[in-house]
Amino acid sequence: MQIPYTTEIRPDTGLYNAKLGVWLFLASEVMLFGGLFSAYVLLRVGAAPGEWPHGWLNVTLGTINTLLLALSAITTLLAWAACKVRDFGKFKFFHASTLLLALAFLGIKSYEYHDKFNHYEIAIGSGEYAGKFADGHFKSQSADFDLAKKTGTVTLEGHIVEDRKELMDLRSEEAKKAVHKELIIAAADIKKMQNYGPWHNTFTAIYFTMTGLHGLHILGGALVIFYLWGPGSKMWKTDPERFTNRVEVSGLFWHFVDLVWIFLFPVFYLT
Amino acid sequence: MSLKAVHLIFVTLLTSLSFGCAAWAFQSGSPLWGVMGIVTGIFVIVYGVYFLRKLKNVSYL
Repeated sequence: MQIPYTTEIRPDTGLYNAKLGVWLFLASEVMLFGGLFSAYVLLRVGAAPGEWPHGWLNVTLGTINTLLLALSAITTLLAWAACKVRDFGKFKFFHASTLLLALAFLGIKSYEYHDKFNHYEIAIGSGEYAGKFADGHFKSQSADFDLAKKTGTVTLEGHIVEDRKELMDLRSEEAKKAVHKELIIAAADIKKMQNYGPWHNTFTAIYFTMTGLHGLHILGGALVIFYLWGPGSKMWKTDPERFTNRVEVSGLFWHFVDLVWIFLFPVFYLT
Repeated sequence: MSLKAVHLIFVTLLTSLSFGCAAWAFQSGSPLWGVMGIVTGIFVIVYGVYFLRKLKNVSYL
């Protein structure tokens, strides 16, 4: 049985089937991310003065990731253009490039996540730094370290602050002057110890939610691109027109994901 | 709307982002990043013209 409108235009919609389907899907995606961006705006304007973090994310890594996604959008378009002129070799090359760029993006994002999970803020209840806060990256812990039993020590590479509000704006002159050193803190002196995971505060919660959801979209898109580059490319021999349409549809999704990042990057990294 | 039209929107937004980042960098006291932003923005515009010429026979719909 022949499936209608896989390549020819359907008269009532003016589109072939897959394109109509992907636009309906993208409309729902706009609502999903639109809701999250709205949540971000409301959380940010509702934050108490001095309570919204600045400079917590690495702008260099964010910029590299932006460039990677921008390049991947270009390679996606060139892959589709190669299909249009029936150059399968070029299509293979550009789609493989897109896949590699997507994997590089995910690799850098994973590194950023790892950095946040390895970054701790410790409220100190007693000892030399009583009433202060230690902030830094985890280095090591003693073999007997147990926060519940209050035994052992933990070592951070970081600094001590009087007030945790000092940790909010890392672009301030005071924050830039902070000298990081090795801090050994006894478990008995720790009142609270928490890393910069999604549970840390409102900023990390919305950051991990939105970039995590975006990362899942990148992963999903990369799987589709891999399928079209690998096993799915068999269709090129039997129905190149339909295959070209599939590449276009995957490219539309990929561009949507890239467009979301164009908004995520300034919102989280530059503000 | 075809991939060509969506790509044109993408290139436009990427250009805005590049110049926006340049403005942010100059304001934050990082002129090197600012210059890089401007160069990237100009590169994206040049690319945009190239891609429109390359796909001039492809429909926007």
